[in-house]
Amino acid sequence: MTDDGRIGTLFIANRGEIARRIATTAARLNIRPVIPQLDGPAAVDLLDAGAVVRAAVAAGADAVHPGYGFLAEDASLASAVLAAGLAWVGPGPDAIRALGDKAEARTIARRVGVPVADGEEPADQSDGSLTAAADRIGYPVLVKPVAGGGGKGIRVVPAAAELPAALASARREAARAFADDRLLLERYVADARHVEVQVLGDRHGNVVHLGDRDCSLQRRHQKVIEEAPAPNLDDATRRALWDAAVRLATEVGYESAGTCEFLVGGDGRWIFLELNARLQVEHPVTELVLGRDLVADQLGIAAGATLAELGIGQASIERAFATGVHAIEARLNAEDPANGFLPSTGPVALFRVPADIVAFGPIAEAAGRVDAGIETGDIVTGRFDPLLAKLIARAPDRAGALERLGLLLDHTELLGLPTNLAFLRRLVRTPVVVEARARTTSIDADPDVVAAASEPGSLMDRQWTAAARRLAGTGPSGAFGGGFRLNAPGHRYRLVADTGAGSERRVVVIPTRSPDQQPGADVAGPDGGRVYVSVDGRSVAVRLEPPPDLAAGQARAASGGAGGGDATLEAPMPGRVVGVHVRPGDDLKAGDRVVTLEAMKMEHVVSAPRDGRVEEVGVRKGEQVERGRVVARLGAAS
Amino acid sequence: MGVLRSRLDPASDEARANETAMRGLVDELRSRTCTLAERGAAGDDEAIARHRDRGKLPVRERVDRLLDPGAAFLELSPLAADGMHDGDAPGAGIVTGIGPVEGTLCVIVANDATVKGGTYFPETVKKHLRAQEIALENRLPCVYLVDSGGAYLPLQADVFPDRDHFGRIFYNQARMSALGIPQVALVMGSCTAGGAYIPAMSDESVIVRGTGTIFLGGPPLVQAATGEVVSAEDLGGSQVHTRVSGVADHEAVDDEHALALARSIVRHLERRPPAPPWDRREPVSPAVPADGGDGGASLYAAVSADPRRTIDVREVIARLVDGSELHEFKPDYGETLVCGFAHVDGWPVAILANDGILFSTSALKGAHFIELAAQRRIPLVFLQNITGFMVGRDAEAGGIAKDGAKLVTAVASAEVPKLTVLIGGSFGAGNYAMGGRAYSPRFLWSWPNARISVMGGPQAARVLSTVRGSFASDGERDAFEAPILERYEAEGNPYYATARLWDDGIIDPLDTRRVLSMGIEAAVHAPIPETRFGVFRM
Repeated sequence: MTDDGRIGTLFIANRGEIARRIATTAARLNIRPVIPQLDGPAAVDLLDAGAVVRAAVAAGADAVHPGYGFLAEDASLASAVLAAGLAWVGPGPDAIRALGDKAEARTIARRVGVPVADGEEPADQSDGSLTAAADRIGYPVLVKPVAGGGGKGIRVVPAAAELPAALASARREAARAFADDRLLLERYVADARHVEVQVLGDRHGNVVHLGDRDCSLQRRHQKVIEEAPAPNLDDATRRALWDAAVRLATEVGYESAGTCEFLVGGDGRWIFLELNARLQVEHPVTELVLGRDLVADQLGIAAGATLAELGIGQASIERAFATGVHAIEARLNAEDPANGFLPSTGPVALFRVPADIVAFGPIAEAAGRVDAGIETGDIVTGRFDPLLAKLIARAPDRAGALERLGLLLDHTELLGLPTNLAFLRRLVRTPVVVEARARTTSIDADPDVVAAASEPGSLMDRQWTAAARRLAGTGPSGAFGGGFRLNAPGHRYRLVADTGAGSERRVVVIPTRSPDQQPGADVAGPDGGRVYVSVDGRSVAVRLEPPPDLAAGQARAASGGAGGGDATLEAPMPGRVVGVHVRPGDDLKAGDRVVTLEAMKMEHVVSAPRDGRVEEVGVRKGEQVERGRVVARLGAAS
Repeated sequence: MGVLRSRLDPASDEARANETAMRGLVDELRSRTCTLAERGAAGDDEAIARHRDRGKLPVRERVDRLLDPGAAFLELSPLAADGMHDGDAPGAGIVTGIGPVEGTLCVIVANDATVKGGTYFPETVKKHLRAQEIALENRLPCVYLVDSGGAYLPLQADVFPDRDHFGRIFYNQARMSALGIPQVALVMGSCTAGGAYIPAMSDESVIVRGTGTIFLGGPPLVQAATGEVVSAEDLGGSQVHTRVSGVADHEAVDDEHALALARSIVRHLERRPPAPPWDRREPVSPAVPADGGDGGASLYAAVSADPRRTIDVREVIARLVDGSELHEFKPDYGETLVCGFAHVDGWPVAILANDGILFSTSALKGAHFIELAAQRRIPLVFLQNITGFMVGRDAEAGGIAKDGAKLVTAVASAEVPKLTVLIGGSFGAGNYAMGGRAYSPRFLWSWPNARISVMGGPQAARVLSTVRGSFASDGERDAFEAPILERYEAEGNPYYATARLWDDGIIDPLDTRRVLSMGIEAAVHAPIPETRFGVFRM
């Protein structure tokens, strides 16, 4: 701390968009932000609390902000930071510990009269004990790690037969993510929405809620779209959730920003899930509704300010939530909708957002905000979580915010690796989203959305030409490069686009003597011989068509040609048939033995050149055959 | 080094007229060439479709796929046989050219079976032989994509018997192979009769299963000769030749596979061009942009639309050479022949360019300059725009014949690569002195405004009418001269010339720099030997 009690240097123990977002606020408040290196000789291992504290001290920091993620909920890190004499921007270690243990959080909830899921947290963690508990709760049952959050290790088990496998994999994942493999079981709330309430507490025992958010749209238990306020929520439920969140936070003496998560069932009944002791990924929607900077508030609280001193009053918050102002966030992820949303990797050949967008922090009149952890030229590895950027739109009402978000997504391009951008563009326009009917199962239940987003699209002519221009330099150089053809209308390139489902080929002629056109902003590269073209938000890689592939030709030859017609197997030398290994009608795999010959005291095996069905066997065991004798005919594989 | 500057006013009437005229000529050139290239040499979509139905790639796609991805292809004489044989032989039914395969510059000779079954017209033979000549002179491996029924029988007398007829193809293969110039053949269709020798005479060959056949006599001929009934496949298909006869070395399952095998063969040739006795420089664009750049006069504007007006050849050179820099030799002596050292795309060149009629002094200067280039082993570039040597009593008495002979001797003897571009007229002995076809330049290209004949049409008409004697009236004389003029106009036309392989192609003037660079790059694949000049008549 500086002499007057302010934070002078803030060590941000995180990476990506959240580290930049915190740094932006810090800089605005004249606090020097320090973001650690994660690569190279000065790299800091963010999972090692001791290393983080040492790095923070070495950087001259007087406070540590953990961002979000596991680190923020690591009580031992909070303790270590405080023990080193630094300020910790977040709830105290005791609160983290109490809330981080789901079983304990549930006990606290019961104490203050907040409903929780009917469930069990057996002390006996054996399969038998857990299975008995599941039988008591009934199926479908939810298996969750006792520690941690963020959807890691959570399994919905539809029937008893699938429980043992789910327990094993959930334990593995929990142990890997949280170093704690204890599991609890809950009734699975069907047709549920995910609604959460932002809370803020100061060091002086004051707690307020900052309104609610709906984060129902999820895939693989990871949120995709988040909005504030939660739409289609009756006033009584909304107030009940606000009230429950404040009671819970007050009970644990909550300091800083946190989030109370609830499941609201189709029947209107709701249960408390957990209180996340951190700034959530989706905090910007709350910021945009309230016009507040929650990171600034966190820093003020860490420096000892009261909520009143920060100008936060419960009444004004609730008034803001009554105006109808709405904010929606979409998470742009490095994941492939066409491949079960599995994380993807690759170069960020182009990342472009509309120009009139605010980066990080509250916005005034701008159409939206982008919190991004990447920029053009970065490489996305599988090392970190797949969140690349958040796009957030605000408007006086929900329909307006949704429309702005759609535009924002339309004018955003991310090329170089598979992302969910195309999926998001479609998702925000689906009836379930437009009509605010989203449930936590909506994306899985609406395969059309996923399928539409992974449909192979076609490049436009302009994009082919732009791709060819950019690829021109990747072929041979000098006078014999550049696709020159004598007296042709232009230079000629054969291109191939990997459109997902397959590939599309095109001969592109770039007109000579015409001025170079601006390559569209939806084409990026070249990067390693590829350019990337946006096809409705999908990144399609285009390259010069590679030359004919010898291995592929050999494979076609082995499989009897392109048509896979008959293959005639001949004796390669004169000899005696010492073994006939097949009969007509047998289905063979390439390489299976067909006949064994003996010649010159050596055995020679005639084997199937490809998969296929034996049509005919032309020799008998013991027979002497001449070279070229047909030993078998192979038909098409069945 | 002097830097050439343009004195052309792009806004002048003349410049604009020139620009318009040349643009029209280039548009015509492109449309003639593209009709061929884009629709297949046959210009016949149906023939291409039938070809594809048989599992065969069209010839240009074969060439494209053989070349390295994104590579350029220097096609040779694309308009061969243009306007001949009632239009039955577009491109002479064969595609030839130079391009990189696995990084190795190769001469590619590819039959177009959609043109009369890929059979050999006289111009097909000439085009094939010219490609082989280029391969020989520049030591470039040959890849033959064979798909041909052999000689075009109706014209056998113009195809079969003479020295530079069909048989020469195999002679060349043997001679080149002996010199270590690899010969690779891909049998991608018929290889009948004489055609069978193309793969057989190759160092390494591929045959495509199902479509490729090699036989001296096809099934009909066999039946006629011996009564034996045999299918084409059993007579000379891929199985026979790769397993039994050994006529072919590799069996490919389809065209793509064959082309992959060809690329693999070329990769293992392990070719490396010899090091020239000088360093290529970093290429620099001309300081005077050929396309006119930002508001300047283009190369088109520098070329007189009217063939009787001279071309200021320095305006042309300024738009061709690196940095527009020309180290001019004897600028004030024999001024009608501009000589100078320069670079084209980084390659050192010695340029000889006509800037008027050749006098004794011009010829002497040219001979001297060629001696310099030969000694330094610098390629010669001739920019031909010549009506001939000076005639008349003074000229003859001054020894124009022996001075012209000195220049012709120098051109003929010089062992450095010679590249010639006809940028205007090419008449009479001027053609010889300036690296004409008979002087075996490595390459010879024409601009679409070029004219070539023993003398100009009006001059020839006047000579012939003068020889005939007196006419009753001027009208009668005009009537006598008109058909002569017409004939010279037709035969002097560059399309007439290129159809008969008098050049290696008509080029867009704006491509001259690139095409010269390609030509030189090909040329330096052969070592540049020392020159021994013939006797100069003193």
